[in-house]
Amino acid sequence: MNSQYLSWIIFTPLAGALLILFIPRSLNYTIKWIATVTTLVVGLLTLKVCQLFDPTQAGFQLIEKCVWIPQFNVHYLLGIDGISLPMVVLTTLISILACVGSFGIKERQKEYYFLYLVLQTGMLGTFLALDLFLFYIFWELVLVPMYFLIGIWGGPRKEYAAIKFFLYTLAGSLFMLLGILALYFASTPHTFNLIELTHNSFAAGFQRIVFLALFLGFAIKVPIFPFHTWLPDAHVEAPTPISVILAGVLLKMGTYGFFRFSYPLFPEASRWFSPYLAVLAVVGIVYGGFVALAQTDFKKMVAYSSVSHMGFVLLGLAALNTNGFNGALLQMFNHGTITGGLFLLVGVLYDRAHSRDMLAFGGLGAVMPVYAGILIFFSLASLGLPGLSGFISEFLVLLGSYQFSLLWTVLAVVGIILAAAYLLIMIRKILLGKLNPKWSHLPEISLREILTLVPLMVLILIVGVYPRLILHYMTPTLSTLLQTMGGSAS
Amino acid sequence: MVTTSIYLIPLLPLMAFAVNILFGKKVGKQASAISIASSLLSCLCALPLIVAVAGGRRFSGEWLWLNLGIDQLKFGYLIDPLAATLLFVVTIVGTLIQIYSTGYMHGDPRYSRFFAYVSLFMSAMLTLVIANNLVLFFIAWEIMGLCSYLLIGFWFEKDSAANAGLKAFLTTRIGDVCFLIGIFSLFAAIGTLEFAKFEGALKGNSHVLIPVAALLFLCGTIGKSAQFPLHVWLPDAMEGPTPVSALIHAATMVAAGVYLIARTYPVFIASPAIMPVVAIIGTITAFMAAFIALTATDIKRVLAYSTISQLGYMVTALGLGGFTAGTFHLMTHAYFKALLFLGAGSVIHGTGTQDIRNLGGIFGKMKSTAITFLIASLAIAGVPPLSGFWSKDEVLSSAFHSGNMLIYAILLLTAFMTSFYMFRLVFLTFFGKARDHQIHAHESPNSMTVPLWILAVGAALLGLPASPWLHNWFQTFLTAGHAGGEHEINRMVMASSIGVALGGILLAAVMYLWVPALAGIAGKLFRPLYWLSIHKFWIDEIYDVCLIRPFLQIGKILYKFDERAVDGCVNGTGWITLLGGKMHNWCDHYIVDGLVNFVGALTQFLSRVTRRLQTGLIQNYLLIIFLGVLILIYFEMRS
Repeated sequence: MNSQYLSWIIFTPLAGALLILFIPRSLNYTIKWIATVTTLVVGLLTLKVCQLFDPTQAGFQLIEKCVWIPQFNVHYLLGIDGISLPMVVLTTLISILACVGSFGIKERQKEYYFLYLVLQTGMLGTFLALDLFLFYIFWELVLVPMYFLIGIWGGPRKEYAAIKFFLYTLAGSLFMLLGILALYFASTPHTFNLIELTHNSFAAGFQRIVFLALFLGFAIKVPIFPFHTWLPDAHVEAPTPISVILAGVLLKMGTYGFFRFSYPLFPEASRWFSPYLAVLAVVGIVYGGFVALAQTDFKKMVAYSSVSHMGFVLLGLAALNTNGFNGALLQMFNHGTITGGLFLLVGVLYDRAHSRDMLAFGGLGAVMPVYAGILIFFSLASLGLPGLSGFISEFLVLLGSYQFSLLWTVLAVVGIILAAAYLLIMIRKILLGKLNPKWSHLPEISLREILTLVPLMVLILIVGVYPRLILHYMTPTLSTLLQTMGGSAS
Repeated sequence: MVTTSIYLIPLLPLMAFAVNILFGKKVGKQASAISIASSLLSCLCALPLIVAVAGGRRFSGEWLWLNLGIDQLKFGYLIDPLAATLLFVVTIVGTLIQIYSTGYMHGDPRYSRFFAYVSLFMSAMLTLVIANNLVLFFIAWEIMGLCSYLLIGFWFEKDSAANAGLKAFLTTRIGDVCFLIGIFSLFAAIGTLEFAKFEGALKGNSHVLIPVAALLFLCGTIGKSAQFPLHVWLPDAMEGPTPVSALIHAATMVAAGVYLIARTYPVFIASPAIMPVVAIIGTITAFMAAFIALTATDIKRVLAYSTISQLGYMVTALGLGGFTAGTFHLMTHAYFKALLFLGAGSVIHGTGTQDIRNLGGIFGKMKSTAITFLIASLAIAGVPPLSGFWSKDEVLSSAFHSGNMLIYAILLLTAFMTSFYMFRLVFLTFFGKARDHQIHAHESPNSMTVPLWILAVGAALLGLPASPWLHNWFQTFLTAGHAGGEHEINRMVMASSIGVALGGILLAAVMYLWVPALAGIAGKLFRPLYWLSIHKFWIDEIYDVCLIRPFLQIGKILYKFDERAVDGCVNGTGWITLLGGKMHNWCDHYIVDGLVNFVGALTQFLSRVTRRLQTGLIQNYLLIIFLGVLILIYFEMRS
């Protein structure tokens, strides 16, 4: 109870959002900067938390607890551990970069930045809440601003995409809510407190049912095949910064749910379901890869590549060993930085050419060499080139899954070949070959755009070269999780 | 002090890469100086080490890179005779090729980019050579693949170059992922990935995954060293600038696959079932590529197929237990093949064409190029006492001693074809009459010819340390003193090797120098064979039909499935929900609300009826009262 940093992290964006409400609509410039400064302040607070965080400890740290609704034993309970810390860092970082990336948005800026900051509060709250009731509220809070951000600032089919996103995710959340209520009533004393809930041991049958209920909520968010079809639509229609948030942060909420709730609460059910999770993971990896290969829309290709890459997270989760867990959590982080960057790059090109049709381009490497270099960098990271971060997480996931099942590993590896294929074919179509004279005057990537990408590149490179820097924050928590689930350490 | 210099070997080129890629515009023409300086310094760091290793010392060191559960992954270096041999090749050949590149790439708009990539490649290759474990090896392996991709597609405006880069990366990637799974398998089998610990960990270990790992490593080699059936990328890779072809696609990177087998040799020794597979793959490759080279007309493609064929030799040697033979051929091949490619580059630079049908008679105009090219050709053909003779002889004798006479015969035939197609190339390019008078050949600048001469010295003399004249020093060095029975000279093998080399040269001279009409006649006479060779066994076409198209098609089909079926379900659910909503709405409107309205209407109707009674006329009311009383009386009477 000695520090309120986590609360500050969650509610600073909300305060910024409220502040924006009081600024006259005409002062666009001020609004923009209030939003940016707010995200930067959150960034500083996160840095402070990183500094306070003791990576050698496995349990929750910086816990904040007070009674919220005493009648139902609902608590305002926050805490951070090796699983949520990387996610908070990722959210904070992506929020700053996407905020700077939003400067291109010119209409209804006041509403935009207001919703944007509310969204950030929702995301950070989701990753920090340890009370299921509170968690659910933050989880749902994310939906509302997201719905408007896609539905108002999106592309031609924005209404369809926004409604699909909202309803689909909401449908999943309802099952999750049922699961949460079931947990509440099954626990003695009735509680939503995650830490207390883990001390209860539930019957195997109950575990499986509730696991499935939560699974639906999380699976739609990840998205796990076959619950993924909202993703391409939402991504394609969303404005660039929102796509970045969607890919960079929102998808992680799903897999985070497995780490945070499903696995510790239902260890037996998790073990029971893990072969099925592995199947879904591998199907997602290969299927997402193949479908990405068939795309001609740049953004849709990146969207489907997310399905494939998030499959690796699930595969690592299903492996139920240290390497798999480390790989899965690291893959969540890496996918955020890499795919976030790719979406920013899609946006850079779209802003200039107003087209995302890969077949319409060609030879841009000659006109926009810096853009080309950065795009190649992110593509290589995404296809798992060693020395960049994507390789480390995929390596760990595959090493973990190898210990778990040779067959699934071999099939998952097909996804790696496919990733190389669709990404390099994309590069081939957009950057290489003869220059289409129509694009000979495309302006080079601007300094502001480069600034949004450089931090991601630095992170990708650092994690790729020396992964221990980030893994040592994660490993103790994950090892403890594995032990409580009765898994082996190797 | 020594350890710092070891780390500097790969780090210096890496720094050159960073400078050239980040400050390319500022650096401009100085890029080459930065890269060459870094490479020279690496070379200077490496040479004392090599000498020390030759003197019997070994260097190794490591630091923790990653925790893998209870295991640890330690990165570091291991410099033993094998690594030292490669270090000797890579640093020297690499530096010379970069010097050559200053002339060849002169005036290219992306000059600094070129040297940046080459430096990155040097860094990766040197890391690979001194790596102490398989994961670091794999990382370097992949980064080399990236450099290869970037440099093949260096002139990316050309569609052919862009496609070739893509093809190279994807084809080798197939081998690479096999290699990766091989690493996992080996780790599962013996619990370590450090080269130095292999022999200890494999002793008495008969884990079922060991041969699996060996086979998967072989797949890695097949991809990287362009062995059959994944060799198709290497000829196309010739789209890259010629110095790149020399450095990456002849001397060093493609040899990394061979180095992989040599480096993990204990694993192969422990997998007796896999060794014949290695030998067979190598033999098929050696023969097939040489056969295709017979009819190739592009000077670089002849050399590319020749490279594939020679790599096949090395792989065969390793598969037959000829560890020193394979490694030795790797070293000599690096020199003479780099020289051949640089010579070809000089010809292209000096004449502007690379089709040997248009060349001819340029010997007098490009003397340095021609003489050094001739030396290299004699070396690869296996004419004593040049380097290629000794190493090829080692390979042949390891085939002979292993008792596989079929392999021995095929290798001998391949050697014959090698000397034939090389001298076909030499005679058509440098001798005879000029066939195209538009071409005005001129000798290349010194920056290009000097490296040619230095390499020529290597190509000529490097075989000697392994010759009986110097007591097979190299073999003893490589096996650290306990060499097997490879020393004894088999006169039969040696004679046959010399015989086919000279025979090939003679036949080439007859067909392309003295009686040029013969070539056409031979082509008609052996038409099916000629077709097979010129169409490269139709392997590209087969892959296109059997692999590439189906893959793309699967993508398209799954995408349709995704849109129609998976998303169809979602939208269908939405539609059904909407329909349900509409039905509810109808029910609500017509039934629920209808009932309410009905009640209302009924009340209204009844009230309308009853309203008629309320007339306000007292007579009416009195009448109703009177009638009521009458009814009551009636009921009273009845009961």
